[in-house]
Amino acid sequence: MVVMKMKFPFQKRVKLAQGLWLLSWCATVAGATTFTLGCVLKTELRRRAEVMDNADVHIVPNTLMIVGLASLGINYFASKICQDALDAGRFPRWKNFLKPYFAASCFFTVLMLLAVIMSYAMKGSLESSLKIGLRNGIRFYKDTDTPGRCFQKQNIDRLQMEFQCCGNNDFRDWFEVQWISNRYLDFSSKEVKDRIKSNVDGRYLLDGVPFSCCNPSSPRPCIQYQLTNNSAHYNYDYQTEELNIYLRGCREALVNYYMGLMNTIGAGVLSIFILQGSVLVSLRFLQTAMEAVAGKENTEIETEGYLLEKSVKDTVMEYLNPVLKFLLLTNQVEEGATTSGATPAAT
Amino acid sequence: MAVGRVTFSKAEREKLAEVLWLLNWISVVTGVILFSLGLFLKVEIQKWAEVMSEYGTFYVPHMLITTGLAACCINYLGGQICLDCADTNKFLRWKLVMMPYIICTFFFTSCVLAGALMCYSIRSQLEESLFLGLRNAMRYYKDTDTPGRCYLKRTVDMLQIQFQCCGNTGYRDWFQIQWISSRYLDMTNSAVVDRLRSNVEGKYLMDGVPFSCCSTFSPRPCIQQHLNNRTARLHYDQESQQQNLWRRGCRQALLDHYTGIMESIGLTVLLIWLFELLVLTGVRYLQTAMENVLLLGDPDLESYGWILENSLAEMARSNFNIIKNLGKCYQVDDDPNINVPTAAAEHEVPSQATRIQCSS
Repeated sequence: MVVMKMKFPFQKRVKLAQGLWLLSWCATVAGATTFTLGCVLKTELRRRAEVMDNADVHIVPNTLMIVGLASLGINYFASKICQDALDAGRFPRWKNFLKPYFAASCFFTVLMLLAVIMSYAMKGSLESSLKIGLRNGIRFYKDTDTPGRCFQKQNIDRLQMEFQCCGNNDFRDWFEVQWISNRYLDFSSKEVKDRIKSNVDGRYLLDGVPFSCCNPSSPRPCIQYQLTNNSAHYNYDYQTEELNIYLRGCREALVNYYMGLMNTIGAGVLSIFILQGSVLVSLRFLQTAMEAVAGKENTEIETEGYLLEKSVKDTVMEYLNPVLKFLLLTNQVEEGATTSGATPAAT
Repeated sequence: MAVGRVTFSKAEREKLAEVLWLLNWISVVTGVILFSLGLFLKVEIQKWAEVMSEYGTFYVPHMLITTGLAACCINYLGGQICLDCADTNKFLRWKLVMMPYIICTFFFTSCVLAGALMCYSIRSQLEESLFLGLRNAMRYYKDTDTPGRCYLKRTVDMLQIQFQCCGNTGYRDWFQIQWISSRYLDMTNSAVVDRLRSNVEGKYLMDGVPFSCCSTFSPRPCIQQHLNNRTARLHYDQESQQQNLWRRGCRQALLDHYTGIMESIGLTVLLIWLFELLVLTGVRYLQTAMENVLLLGDPDLESYGWILENSLAEMARSNFNIIKNLGKCYQVDDDPNINVPTAAAEHEVPSQATRIQCSS
């Protein structure tokens, strides 16, 4: 049961080869673009690595880079093959190369599609990684004298100013953490002592946020401290004040930023996937059409081209059988070794 | 005595024409680069135009933009001319245009040089402009309800955050102006009223700065208020003070930023000027060589090419003479043939009747 049979007269074969040559060079450029996009994404993720707890999401840019490099090789060979395809003398030397070539190409093309799907699927993992990372960042904000944590304050401040966000979920996260170090608290002051006593863990908590949460678009000078106390500031209402500090949480801001970036890259990679797929399909048609010409005297006859010789299931089994046989053979060798090892013991 | 005289054989003339055609096309590309540099500079100045007092600094980018466009046109024409110059027949078409074209290109090249020099000389004017602009911007910082000034607060805050600077010369500039609007001052509070009364002009001045002056490198939470009061806070020593706010003034920060940009642009424009000068010299040599070949009559002969036909002094003298004689077109006095007694007239005797004897 042949899959997708098509007739190819001589002129159509020539046109197919020419079109395929052009297409494969476009696909080479597209492969380089995929690699570049993977690098861009990886650089962007690494820039904010200190607020991410794990690097699971890096699998997306890594896959894109691998696929980009592989498609450079695939398309280079595709252009070489289609150059030789119309020459009956040079085409047969590619005969043994083509079967593993198509297997590898299909694998990498499917991997490209998987990378796009993963970029949408990794949203949850990215979000949880950011949640933990930001929580730690806010917790260690005050530890500017502890090695390994001294740059957390700087990072969080810069992050909040650049992404116009405050805290993890929102600005109230700062109310639950002591973000002013004990070194700068005057323990002789009554107010400080009261506040520390009123807290179960002995922490200095206050309803204030760092200066990096301040919104420059606010018409009034920034109110950072005593945010929930309406009477502490003139003409101020905590519930209705929107422009004073950033109301968005940094987790949401970062997730939106990265998902936007990955969506744009995903759309580009999807179109590159379609281009690559069409290159492979055209090459397959050209190969099967030229194989029918081999050995004939008149090279200009009409031939048939197809995608798969057998049905899809049979073709898959055909490719998997050698792999399975290899695995079974190793098993059999092991079984043989254990039985031969057991029998001397028995005797 | 010609300046820079070089002999050109036929093959050399053709080679020169080809090379010049290529160089002219490269010059078109450099013209595009010049144009885009002007555009880039204009955009950069536009970004912070609100903190600059006057738009006098705009003439540098405009000059670069017009010069870039002129470069593209002139060098495109030059490419066409040089392509035709290889052949003496086609050269005849361009013969009359060549001299004006070379003079035009000479003036245009001097404009490029002027543009490059302007980039380096603009520093003092920029500093003055920034000083006045920043002073006004800080003065109107609190006027977020006045139309035309409502975004000045945001601009100044973003400027201080992005360039890591505070105030005009330093952070103390904020102590001398009222940057908190009266709308947000509680006039019933005695402390506020005292402060207002203690100031001659009734302004609410304080030793505090806006939040955008806070340094992200400080290890402690930002101290914005009571900056002059050492005892107001724990351990507020010299080192804490150094790291707390941005130390640099915004005028210095912006000046450094723009000077850096203009110096790089100036250097690029100088290199482009040198290249244009090279092309101009080549075109002049080609023009003079082709004209001399036409004078000789045979296109296969060798000819001379030069930059100037006579030395500079002689050229100046001849031009001066032309100018001197310009106004004297119709004056009769200088006609050398008038009133000079001829030699024959001196010896002229009045005709007498003489008898001519006929000899037979």
